[in-house]
Amino acid sequence: MTAFLAALLLGAGYNTAVVTIGAAILGGSAGAIGTFILLRKRSLVSDAVSHGTLPGLALAFIVMAWLTGDGRNIVALMAGAALSATLGLLCVDWITRRTRLTEDAAIGAVLSVFFGFGIVLLTVIQSLQTGGQAGIAGYLLGSTAGMLRSEAETIAVAALLTGAVVFALRRPFTLVCFDEDYAATRGIDVRLTDLAMMGVLLAVTVIGLKVAGLVLIVALTIIPPVTARFWTDRPGRMVLIAAAFGAAAGYVGGAISASGHDLPTGAVIVLTASAFFALSLVLSPVRGLMSGLVTRLRFRRRVHERQGLLALARGEAIYDPLTIKVLRRAGHIRADGVATLKGRAAAAAAVREEALWALYRRLHPDEAAALDHQGLVPIDRALPPDVVADLSARLEPALTGAR
Amino acid sequence: MGADFVVLSLVPIAIGILVSVSCALLGNFLVLRRQSLIGDAVSHVVLPGIVGAFVLTGTVAAGAMLLGAGIAAVVAVLIIEVVRRVGRVEPGAAMGVVFTTLFAAGVLLLEQSDTSSVHLDVEHALYGNLESLIWLAGGAGWPALLDAEALAALPPQLPRLALVTLAVVVFLLVFWKELVIGTFDATFAESIGARPGLVGFALIVMVAVAAVAAFDAVGSIIVIAMFICPPAAAQLMTDRLVPQLAWSVLFAVVSAVAGYVLAGYGPLWLGASYSVSAAGMIATVSGLILALACLAGPRRFGSRTAARRRARQSQSSMSNSLQV
Repeated sequence: MTAFLAALLLGAGYNTAVVTIGAAILGGSAGAIGTFILLRKRSLVSDAVSHGTLPGLALAFIVMAWLTGDGRNIVALMAGAALSATLGLLCVDWITRRTRLTEDAAIGAVLSVFFGFGIVLLTVIQSLQTGGQAGIAGYLLGSTAGMLRSEAETIAVAALLTGAVVFALRRPFTLVCFDEDYAATRGIDVRLTDLAMMGVLLAVTVIGLKVAGLVLIVALTIIPPVTARFWTDRPGRMVLIAAAFGAAAGYVGGAISASGHDLPTGAVIVLTASAFFALSLVLSPVRGLMSGLVTRLRFRRRVHERQGLLALARGEAIYDPLTIKVLRRAGHIRADGVATLKGRAAAAAAVREEALWALYRRLHPDEAAALDHQGLVPIDRALPPDVVADLSARLEPALTGAR
Repeated sequence: MGADFVVLSLVPIAIGILVSVSCALLGNFLVLRRQSLIGDAVSHVVLPGIVGAFVLTGTVAAGAMLLGAGIAAVVAVLIIEVVRRVGRVEPGAAMGVVFTTLFAAGVLLLEQSDTSSVHLDVEHALYGNLESLIWLAGGAGWPALLDAEALAALPPQLPRLALVTLAVVVFLLVFWKELVIGTFDATFAESIGARPGLVGFALIVMVAVAAVAAFDAVGSIIVIAMFICPPAAAQLMTDRLVPQLAWSVLFAVVSAVAGYVLAGYGPLWLGASYSVSAAGMIATVSGLILALACLAGPRRFGSRTAARRRARQSQSSMSNSLQV
């Protein structure tokens, strides 16, 4: 626990601090670009990108081992990963546009074939008689344990740069996500913007390989944006919230992983992000499980109250236990089921409401059909005052006439 | 092609073919339903399943592992559904959230539990070890195939996968009508009471069964490749479902055999003295077949009429540009 706190407060050594901050910046950048990818409904493209890096990584390792005797050159590995991921991305794009196959089939084909070929190359590496083979295995699942200071700093700076690019391009990205055609009329090159989006995604993926591993880096671009979606309906805020969740997951996950043995960095960061997701799924005020449940219970109570009041007004006996409970709690009836004064007034008001709504539905059937929960909301809150005045003016003579 | 072949290569090739065929058959429906990536998700989720089973039972017995992996796969599919419905999350993203989370949980659990005494690691789950499934009792060469004693010593994966392949074929035959209607017109299927939702779920369960049975022998990467590449390539060859299934089986068998042979003997032909991962090579060959189909498959642009319309459009646009 103390080790965790020390890591969290950056007190566990310079290297750990750099790794933790680097993971946080990486998580923030991944969350920000992931938001646009999610809004463009292409989340799983990042899966193809991340698996597509493996053959490039392995080839770069082989080439470097052949040239210099040691394959663990982070810049060369990143360049190789980026090249092969770009190739994978182009394959997905080409298959989707040139053939009848859908994008999901193209993504799945590219990720499995590239990964399979990468595995073939990995076995070639295993048979090479060079050192540092463990270095390449770290890219599968991510490991920050043996990370050099220069590597950590490279990752942090590169992640910061991609974050800046996302910030600079946020307007065209947003516009293309929501309305391609409008974006085109505003003079934005949609294809180029898409390309830029994918380029940033690719950069984040490649930078994050060493930290999260290529199987799990995709989680950092998917989970924080989905989490952010629970908290807002505005794209600008969603990007910020996603970046914040991503950064928090990277920071906390990095600290947890640094504080103990056998805590693989990538897995811990992803699980931290998932914990945020699960909490948001339950607690979100707009789309969460809890708020959905509360809304449903409140709606049910309102239906029961209305039906109970109408029954009171008609002088009918009430048998439904929930209706009785709701009316009792609101003070509309006494324990023996007889209406109180307040209850009688409320019943009369409910009858009037019901009549006004019925009249509205008869006069304006189309508008009435378009309303949500029509009839349960007080009418003067749901409709403009002049409409309500008109309705009651029409209703009153009808009532007096009936009397 | 003598005793050596029977001992070293016959069983891996047979297992490769069985895995490829069972996955490719189911994959046809996944690709047509635009659910290709379910195979990807399910095979990632196998990892937490087997690690969980190991932690609970303390053994690496095949039964417990398969059960754990199967349960994990079905649970994952259910969680994806819940996240998608309750959270109103886009299906692709819901899948991404769930399978990465479960995979991460599997990795963490694996690192935390003491698995040093047993052969259980992430690499194994990802790309298996097809080459190690040798048949020592087959030392007598081809006649061993008729020897009951030698047959009893076959690696257990072989009969298990044969059973799974049989189950897949029976599943397709029994639910053929419902699967086809549900795949091409779910609304119509619902209206005539063909229960497309239920049949779709049964399909996913079969996918999980096939993936789980295969991972132990060949790892998950070949499974993902076989769910997608042969069916996708087959879809570019024909407009009809039954021929498509036939093409996909052919492609799967070719990938399995060619991949295994290339992995085992390819480097030797190039003068090297090692062999490379057979699972990876099989996936690579299936990708090459798909690439060929994308370049030259007779139905790569869609149905015949769609291709004709496209050709006419490009022709007219060409003449327009000529006039300009």
